[in-house]
Amino acid sequence: MSANTTDHVGEHTNKTKLLIRRIIAYVVLVLLTIISLFPFVIMIINSTRSHPEIQKGFKFVLGSSFGVNFKNVFRNTDLPLFYGLRNSLVVAGFCALLSTYFSALTAYGIHVYEFRLKKFAFAFILVIMMVPAQVSALGFYRMMFDLGLTNNLLPLIIPSIAAPATFFFMKQYMDSSLPLEIVEAARIDGCNEFRTFNSIVMPIMKPAMAVQGIFTFVANWNNYFIPSLIIDKKELKTLPIMVATLRSADFLKFDMGQVYMMIFIAIIPVVIVYLALSKFIIRGIALGSVKG
Amino acid sequence: MTKLKRVLCGTMCLAMAGSMLTACGDDSSSSGTNVAEVPQKKEGNEESKNTIKIYVWNQEFQGLFRRYYPEYDAVKSNYDTEKHEKKDTGDDFLKDGKKVVWVVNDNQGNNYQDKLDAALKAQADSEDKVDMFLIEADYALKYVNSGYTKDLSKIGITDTDTAQMYDYTKQVATSEDGTLRAVSWQATPGLFAYRRDIAKDVLGTDDPAEVQAALSDWTKFDEVAAKMNEKGYKMLSGFDDSYRVFSNNVSKPWVDENKKIVVDDALMQWVDQTKNYTDKGYNNKTSLWTDPWAADQGPTGKVFGFFYSTWGINFTLKKNSLETPVDKGGEEKVGNGIYGQYAVCEGPAAYFWGGTWLCCAAGSDNEDTVADIMKKMTCDKDIATQITKDTQDYTNNKEAMDALAASDYASDFLGGQNHIALFASTAPNIKMDKTTAYDQGLNEAFQDAFKDYFNGNATKDEALENFYKAALEKYPTLSK
Amino acid sequence: MASSNKHKSISYAKWGYIFILPFFIVYAAFQLYPMFSTIRDSFYEKITEGLLDLPERFVGLENYSKLFEEGDIFSYFGNTFIIWIIGFIPQIFISLLLAAWFTDIRLKIKAQGFFKVVIYLPNIIMAAAVSMLFFAIFSDIGPINEVYKNITGSDEPYQFFAHIASTRIIIAIINFIMWYGNTTILLMAAIMGVDPALYEAAEIDGASPSQTFWQITIPSIRPILIYVLVTSLIGGVQMYDIPQIITNGTGSPVRSSMTVVMYLNNQISVGKNYGKAGAISVILFIVAAVLSLLVAAFNSKDQIAENRAAKLKKKKMKGAMKI
Repeated sequence: MSANTTDHVGEHTNKTKLLIRRIIAYVVLVLLTIISLFPFVIMIINSTRSHPEIQKGFKFVLGSSFGVNFKNVFRNTDLPLFYGLRNSLVVAGFCALLSTYFSALTAYGIHVYEFRLKKFAFAFILVIMMVPAQVSALGFYRMMFDLGLTNNLLPLIIPSIAAPATFFFMKQYMDSSLPLEIVEAARIDGCNEFRTFNSIVMPIMKPAMAVQGIFTFVANWNNYFIPSLIIDKKELKTLPIMVATLRSADFLKFDMGQVYMMIFIAIIPVVIVYLALSKFIIRGIALGSVKG
Repeated sequence: MTKLKRVLCGTMCLAMAGSMLTACGDDSSSSGTNVAEVPQKKEGNEESKNTIKIYVWNQEFQGLFRRYYPEYDAVKSNYDTEKHEKKDTGDDFLKDGKKVVWVVNDNQGNNYQDKLDAALKAQADSEDKVDMFLIEADYALKYVNSGYTKDLSKIGITDTDTAQMYDYTKQVATSEDGTLRAVSWQATPGLFAYRRDIAKDVLGTDDPAEVQAALSDWTKFDEVAAKMNEKGYKMLSGFDDSYRVFSNNVSKPWVDENKKIVVDDALMQWVDQTKNYTDKGYNNKTSLWTDPWAADQGPTGKVFGFFYSTWGINFTLKKNSLETPVDKGGEEKVGNGIYGQYAVCEGPAAYFWGGTWLCCAAGSDNEDTVADIMKKMTCDKDIATQITKDTQDYTNNKEAMDALAASDYASDFLGGQNHIALFASTAPNIKMDKTTAYDQGLNEAFQDAFKDYFNGNATKDEALENFYKAALEKYPTLSK
Repeated sequence: MASSNKHKSISYAKWGYIFILPFFIVYAAFQLYPMFSTIRDSFYEKITEGLLDLPERFVGLENYSKLFEEGDIFSYFGNTFIIWIIGFIPQIFISLLLAAWFTDIRLKIKAQGFFKVVIYLPNIIMAAAVSMLFFAIFSDIGPINEVYKNITGSDEPYQFFAHIASTRIIIAIINFIMWYGNTTILLMAAIMGVDPALYEAAEIDGASPSQTFWQITIPSIRPILIYVLVTSLIGGVQMYDIPQIITNGTGSPVRSSMTVVMYLNNQISVGKNYGKAGAISVILFIVAAVLSLLVAAFNSKDQIAENRAAKLKKKKMKGAMKI
């Protein structure tokens, strides 16, 4: 194809082509939107249906048991939902804060300073990023049991200080958006190292921290595996444990309507946090991209 | 690149070194089967002595306890005795001021047993003692044949106390040394619940005695299945519906004295029957507790019957039979769905399904209270009668149940039949002397593996191979 | 990264250690120690039977040799890979397409913000809950089977979970739905990082959108593409919750949906066979470590891609760009 051949006919076909491409794009996007919202729709519909209705098979019709399910979930004093919401908020919130702050701190340490173990430290974190949770979960539980730290939210929160994947993202982000000149300028102005990090670097890192904050928040909000090992006191249970408890209810109480209702309630806070931070997610990752 | 390789090697070396270090610090624990009570190294502290700590996996017993245990302090616990529900999330109390703490761990992925095991193993060194825990029949022997359960005669539960319990409920809970280690408030004999309308259509009668005559052994059962098929009905809903009827009537335990897995002929009979039913379309290829299985029990179902035990008939089957659920204003009466269209008969063999047992944890510092809870909840005739009357659950007291059986008790749901009478006559025939501590896992693995055979994904031999694979994964100390 | 930065680091070495210290202390305390005990276990026969901890026995590499002899672990790696690839191919394809559209200046997609937010939403539901929902949808009496019955006129439902292919595909679809938004956002970020001058030049030269995409976009975002591939591969290796819930831990039918981590979990939580579990963990770790070498490889290729981009830029300057 030769360059610069834009006569009228060409422009016309180009416009049609563009129109066709645009139509295809919208069709695909609308389809994907439907697919993406599909799980939410099923969940909401099922939370309005009673257990026997749910068992009769899924139908795209709203039921009328929303109020009943809602009341049942809140009335269950052995699975106190408010405690569940509070515990999940505490765990997911602190994990998000600690993990983003310390990952940024670690990434900053490796990004800005020269020291002997720097390369080793970086490579080491890359390696441990690949270790699945199951590998150390059992030893972790035994250790917490021996230390008497079961039925305590701390073992769910503190380990998030060492989050390899978050660190990796922060490091990539700094590579592209944190010129060392800024650090040097701050030092000339008489800032000490911690102040430089807290008051100059952190604001620059804000989009990256928002992105990783929401990722960590969501991951911990939905985590069942480790919390179920550590917690068995009703006042300390997180929402995923409560959902699992509802699902293993006895034949008298077994009620999928309640299960779906609890999942629905559990999702609302995450959706709110997500929507509030979503502008950072779209912009944040763009800024944090690896570029030349 | 090379740097990273070096780091990787370094990490591995470090890991090896670390593992050697931890290896030194560990001394391995002793072994040997021993049902003698585990000696306690520490006494419970003051708080533990005033707290009854109970491990459960759901809220069933909690509900019964609050409603029927006479020493429960409903006022202090803020329990509504009219609606039978607790009004706040606070603790439960007994009239003598002691606190009741429930440790609820869901059953997902063996979670309940894992938590319970960890607590029991730590019991000797702990100052916060577990007092009581609940178990199910399929894994009862794991706890009954261990030093972590108390011999109940030692805490004052006598043979007289348990005299009215059905024998199988005691067989399941008897330890190797012949002592009783657990008691249950339920007896759960199983029956065959069938659709009256279908019975009339195919067998020409819906009378339980006549239907029973047509189903009294497996050969006859198969003949009826063929007739059902001719008229467009299914005999059973799923693959595993009849499993328990076979597995409760095996001639040998699952595992022999050399720890070798033994597949009983009765189980292979189940395999052949189910394969036959599947290929000929006598069943609906569902599985227990799935939605399609539940739907088959409702108004749109075309399935003749279900093997169900006590609790299943009055709760699950009844709920599933309604057209308009109770939540939506539907009433439990004839005319709503197929309410009143079911009846029960004994079926081809006696069996039981389900049930929960109470154990007293070794080292409990509230033995007297635990003993009292057991006596009231499982040995008391009046409480047993009351539970059955209120909840329609079948309780573990022959005297109480025989009295109800002899009464004019009639179930609307079963078209006026007195099913308690039928339960009372079959329950004494249940035998549970072939149990092992491995039953739960082996039964599950067996059913799962042969599903592939029924569905045509594997040959019988392949399915058997896969069963062994899963079985040895669950119980690595067993052999093929 | 501008090469000038590399040599200008400030020599406050101790601050480097101080800043990375919390990470390493916490990691060592909470993860490293438990990991050591896992590795140690892999050289022992260590089983808990019922409530009884059987005596431990040092067996050297026996756990490993047994695993390789049985050979099941290879088929579970195979299952894991197959399920992963079924989901990953559409995932990378759709994500690339979306990323290209979102960043195409000529296409001017409206309501972009809405679409970008929506495609990421499935990621915020618990994997267990999504699995449950899909199980209901594809059940014998679910809506999909209703449609199937209407189309085929058959009375018998199609039993999706009784067939190997359909079970694997459903697991892959769930993976796809949960992760394509994430991938799209990453790729979009990469595309936005490409020098706009390259696209301008291409437009002046009259390149078609697909030419621009294949000859400018793809080479420029290669590092991120590889990053997406590798992180997704690692996520794939660790695949667990979805097949666990869908098949109730059995990996049915005929163990064809059994993933490696499900296998590992069966040893730990069901069999209490800690020695064998340790060995599987170590093998998993080694596989993951090899993958991490790939990450490192892609990191160093970063430079190559940059060089290429720089070369292209130079060519553009000369006005001799070939398309």
